Amino acid sequence: MADQLDLLWPVLIPVMTAALAACFWYNIRAQRIISFIGLVLLFAASVKLTMTVVEHGVIAKQFGGWAPPFGISFVADPLAAALVAITGLLALTVGIFGFYDVRARHERAGFYPLFHGMITGVNGAFLTGDAFNLYVWFEVMLVTSLGLLVISRSREQLDGTIKYGVLNLFGTILFLIGLALLYGATGTLNMADLARVLPGMTMTPGLMTAAMLFLAAFAIKAGLFPLFFWLPASYHTATFAVGAIFAGLLTKVGVYATFRTFTLLFLIEGETLRYVFTFIAAMTMITGVFGAAVQWNIRRILSFHIISQIGYMLMGLAIATPLAWAGASFYIIHHIIVKANLFLLAGAIRAAGGSDDLRRTGGLLKSHPWLAVLFLIPALSLAGLPPLSGFWAKFLVIDASLRAEYYGLAAVALVVGVLTLFSMMKIWMEAFWKASPVTPSRRRYVPVAFIIPIVMLGAVTMTIGLFAEPFVTYARDAGDVLVDPPLYIAPVFGAEAAAEAGALIAGDAVEAEVIETEVIETDLIENGADDGVEEEVR
Amino acid sequence: MTFLYAAAIAAYTGCGLYLMLSRHVVRIILGLALLTNGAIFLIFFSGRIGSMVPAVIPLGDQQLAPDAANSLPQALALTAIVIGFALTAFAVALLVAAYKRLDTLDAREMTAAEDMGSPFLPPGGRPSTGGRPSNNGRSAEKTPEAEKKSDEVKTNG
Repeated sequence: MADQLDLLWPVLIPVMTAALAACFWYNIRAQRIISFIGLVLLFAASVKLTMTVVEHGVIAKQFGGWAPPFGISFVADPLAAALVAITGLLALTVGIFGFYDVRARHERAGFYPLFHGMITGVNGAFLTGDAFNLYVWFEVMLVTSLGLLVISRSREQLDGTIKYGVLNLFGTILFLIGLALLYGATGTLNMADLARVLPGMTMTPGLMTAAMLFLAAFAIKAGLFPLFFWLPASYHTATFAVGAIFAGLLTKVGVYATFRTFTLLFLIEGETLRYVFTFIAAMTMITGVFGAAVQWNIRRILSFHIISQIGYMLMGLAIATPLAWAGASFYIIHHIIVKANLFLLAGAIRAAGGSDDLRRTGGLLKSHPWLAVLFLIPALSLAGLPPLSGFWAKFLVIDASLRAEYYGLAAVALVVGVLTLFSMMKIWMEAFWKASPVTPSRRRYVPVAFIIPIVMLGAVTMTIGLFAEPFVTYARDAGDVLVDPPLYIAPVFGAEAAAEAGALIAGDAVEAEVIETEVIETDLIENGADDGVEEEVR
Repeated sequence: MTFLYAAAIAAYTGCGLYLMLSRHVVRIILGLALLTNGAIFLIFFSGRIGSMVPAVIPLGDQQLAPDAANSLPQALALTAIVIGFALTAFAVALLVAAYKRLDTLDAREMTAAEDMGSPFLPPGGRPSTGGRPSNNGRSAEKTPEAEKKSDEVKTNG
């Protein structure tokens, strides 16, 4: 089917671009052109994929003509498709930003092949339906991001890259050990197949260990509470374009993998696991925001805020109602755009003020008033002020936590929101409001290549904020697929197998779905296709 | 036999973890390499080592012999070996570059990234460049390579 090919392009286009750019290693001009064409095509392909998913629901593709559990499958559910679309948008905007930010030295060091290689890894991780394949994409992403991080070879970058590399490598090894245990217990690594097999199995110590190893591995990748130290140690050392794409995408791949694992493979049933997730979510939010408070480097502050924001996304996992999943999905999409935009703005602030240390810059409100406006859009959105996208994102997750009676978590989320505002105001006061500590020798200009992507991402933030409804509806669809594994299994194995799996899951655990049963039912009736599935879920 | 395999994997992984706890970056990388190999052994063993018949379809046949070895763990292990090797190679290259530039392999003395915008230091960074006032006199001397390399590339601070 032509639809299924849509799944292929978001991975194929960047990998071809990377290969082609590498072929023209000594011809920088050709690399630039190839890279930009690749980015535009990627954006078009990822939007097309999202359209297809909106139209047809979850779609799947088996590679090499193998029957489902044997070959590698790619699956796009609404969450994955949305993330691929955002990746396309972000890659394009950062590509434009890179026209000025990426120096000839970086280009000669292989910036374009690495950049597209990383996008390949990110999209592959979002789309793959095979657990071992996910590991491979993680490694593709890791090795290319290491190259991108250290591209200037400065002291700071080498130091940051060692910490980033060692801890992330350790994370992927944990993932690999978990995969080995899971394979030993189940004999399959296809995620849809695992979702069919695992609910019928008793939770042996081996499986439990595998689940916890997955949690630890993805916690390192996502920057969750006790395991985030590599993130603020490295992100602020990257060049600005690289920092923005890292901040937007990499941790979110970890969050996505956590979501996928704990909705599809290991269902959150017992109270213990819920407490663990609630605790991690709350602590991630709090430590991130307090860590940011003392820092003076703009991107260091923002790096700590990534951690704190990851906590909000994890609320979805802790609460695990369809509403919470919808909120978390919305949050990821909002966060990627806003955070990448803030990292780009850090670049613009440095260009305008001469430094990204807040103590050594200032007076930008007077010299660059429009930059102040552009900064306020993502900054206030991050803090969650209406009418920007962050308000709806926070509203959805906090609303979900109140409905599920997680009052403590909701309180933490609200307080952390205020503290986020404090940090954003710190940047505002220091960089824009106070007088400049040094008298600039000349007027500094922010290059147009910096302004275009910042305006684009700011416009997206405003659009999501002002016309939130279609996005919320989409996030609810994404949430419904997350809570309902049969919807993910059906396109891979067919409706019958999905219904069987649904019966297994329903027999195993029902308590979590009770609160929001009516939502599931109405949506399934709207979908109309899987009447059998609906029975099982109830 | 199972116990023997498990004990070997445990020993491998344990050595890797022990090395990773070191402050010496070379040991950390060696530990990571050992740990990767431990994980690869685990994958191989989780496919159950029983049959010795190679997983090859004989000429003229349509399917694998029923007693053939499980080929999936072999494929997984091969993939993991390739990836692990690539990452170890990169890590070693990174190490060499870091040693040339930072002039140390002690994780405690690698503070260049940490110092950017740190509230505990003056805005200009550390007063004396080249790491902390060290106790072994290492950072005081500058190697010729470090001198040569110091045509400053763009730092973001």
